[in-house]
Amino acid sequence: MADILSQLEPIFRDVLDNPTLRLTREANASNTEGWDSLAHINLISSIEQHFGISFDLGELERLVDVGQMADLMEQKLAAL
Amino acid sequence: MMNIGSMPVERLLRKQKALARELRAQANLLEVRIAVLGGSTTNEFVDFLELLLLDLGIRPVLYQSEYNKYFEEAVLSPSPLTDFRPDIVYIYTSSVNIQCFPPLDAKPLDMEACVSAEAQRFAAIWQALQEKIGCLVVQNNFEMPSQRLLGNLDCVSPGGHVRFINLLNREFTQAAASQTRLFINDLSSIAATIGANQFCDPKRWFSYKLITSPRGSLAVAKSAAATIGGIYGRSRKCLVLDLDNTLWGGVIGDDGPARIRIGKETPEAEAYTAFQQYCLRLRDRGILLAVCSKNTAEIAQQGLEHPESVLRLNHFSCFKVNWEPKHENLKAIAAELNLGLDSLVFVDDNPAEREIVSAQLPMVAVPDFGSDISNVIAVLEDARYFEPVTLSREDLERARQYEKNAERSHHQGRFASYGEYLDSLEMSAEIEAFKPVYLERIAQLINKTNQFNLTTRRYTLSEVEKIALNPDYITLYGKLSDRFGDNGLISVIIGRQEQSTLHVDLWIMSCRVIKRDMELAMLDSLAATCIQREIREIHGYYAPTERNGLVSDHYAKLGFEQIGAQDGQQNWKLKLTPNYIPRNKHIKELVSG
Repeated sequence: MADILSQLEPIFRDVLDNPTLRLTREANASNTEGWDSLAHINLISSIEQHFGISFDLGELERLVDVGQMADLMEQKLAAL
Repeated sequence: MMNIGSMPVERLLRKQKALARELRAQANLLEVRIAVLGGSTTNEFVDFLELLLLDLGIRPVLYQSEYNKYFEEAVLSPSPLTDFRPDIVYIYTSSVNIQCFPPLDAKPLDMEACVSAEAQRFAAIWQALQEKIGCLVVQNNFEMPSQRLLGNLDCVSPGGHVRFINLLNREFTQAAASQTRLFINDLSSIAATIGANQFCDPKRWFSYKLITSPRGSLAVAKSAAATIGGIYGRSRKCLVLDLDNTLWGGVIGDDGPARIRIGKETPEAEAYTAFQQYCLRLRDRGILLAVCSKNTAEIAQQGLEHPESVLRLNHFSCFKVNWEPKHENLKAIAAELNLGLDSLVFVDDNPAEREIVSAQLPMVAVPDFGSDISNVIAVLEDARYFEPVTLSREDLERARQYEKNAERSHHQGRFASYGEYLDSLEMSAEIEAFKPVYLERIAQLINKTNQFNLTTRRYTLSEVEKIALNPDYITLYGKLSDRFGDNGLISVIIGRQEQSTLHVDLWIMSCRVIKRDMELAMLDSLAATCIQREIREIHGYYAPTERNGLVSDHYAKLGFEQIGAQDGQQNWKLKLTPNYIPRNKHIKELVSG
């Protein structure tokens, strides 16, 4: 689990252009600077490309904080 | 230059902000104001476009319309847009914005009515933008639908969407062919090259109202950047080629001219032949060809005399075959052809040569096509190095003009003095005020001349048209012919009169006619017009850029006196008296057009 967070952190740092960002499971668009709806698209696309996974339409709607992203990614990566 | 176009899409997505910051810090970027009016979410496209343009030396100032308000903002309530004062308005629409597809059971007349309704909606946008802003317009045409309800019949039946989009795209084509300020971004071809299912991503459409995959957004942005770069003279002009294993298979010095692989006999020979044919087609289109190869010149030439070789020695404007480092030869090629290094594309199969050239001359484009020659055309096409915005007669004749230049240089060797050489050219010039028939060429020259350009001011076609009609301005164009042929319209001056002073806002000349005393003839004509209008002083300005060092002493050489400098710009003055002595001695004849 911690492992996925540590892999997500550099992606968030790049996309949000914040090199000192500390990513927690609680991080979401309203408590993280720069995480607006456009950055969200970029985050999702970058994660999909980096890990070679794809979120389906229903999943995309539920990806509102880092905790949910990490849980879903864990399932997907286990299934690869 | 960071070669953004060849970076993988994942890196561009992730590093977009940091890359943009780094690129914006470059010196001497040309500011261009671009408004993107979108029929879908355009932010990802705009982010990519900004990176690509910055890499071409253009700093875009960007405006994006409200989501899907492209028609409203262009036609109904254009004030935010007019306040933004765009140089370019980009209408970013796609098949999702088609409002009126014909019904499945449509008759041919119904279909035509639908095509014409859609086409008119867009024509209204283009017209409104011309009337209210007078900017350039870039318009997406339509990608083919990924659903073909009628299968193959979809491209035949009057109710088929494929047939409908084909017809609509044809309307756009005809509009762009007849309107010089309308440019098409060919979504239909871009999507086809990637494949419609890779280009579109329905999941992103439903989730974010974004039609393209990241890869699709990047492809549209690359294409748009190529066109915008072309408008501002950033297209490359010369393809420099290695010989062994690039234009033919094998090493001619080792294998001998008879054993190189070219022609139709083997798959490998065919691939080299196809690449040579591609190079020749580029040359026919106005791109110069040059050779840069480590070889013995006499032996290498025999390769181009091979009966199966498509390219011949006379197709090359410059031939540097020796054992010097390639980056030195590339510098020599640029100097000899009067081009900047940023006009060159260098194709070499050897990764080591590519690497040293990239490291030594980052301005030269060095496409990495691996080592398989059958990839090279796709790599060159994808990079869009040579994007033309319009194909003028000039472009089609350019290679020949440079060939003549080479002949002129050769000719030059046989004269006692440079003046004698100039006399032998039997030059004649036509220097007159702007005429309607030349305005388009004048605008084109203004926007792509970077070296002999005193102020590097850019003017749109509509600005040029207005200036041509404004009595406060003195305008001059110059054409130059000589015994080898017509060089075409190659110089432009725009002067603005304030009482008895003329301010020279713009003075440009094509590098093709440098050192021909054409600038002296232009000054003589300018002075004559000024004296007629009782102007006492001509004020000239030099604003240095990275590319116009060539004219740093232009006004000094013409006998102007420096009267000041501010913000890096130099101000010069020439007092006019009725007994002004003409400077030009070698252009013998002045003709009227």
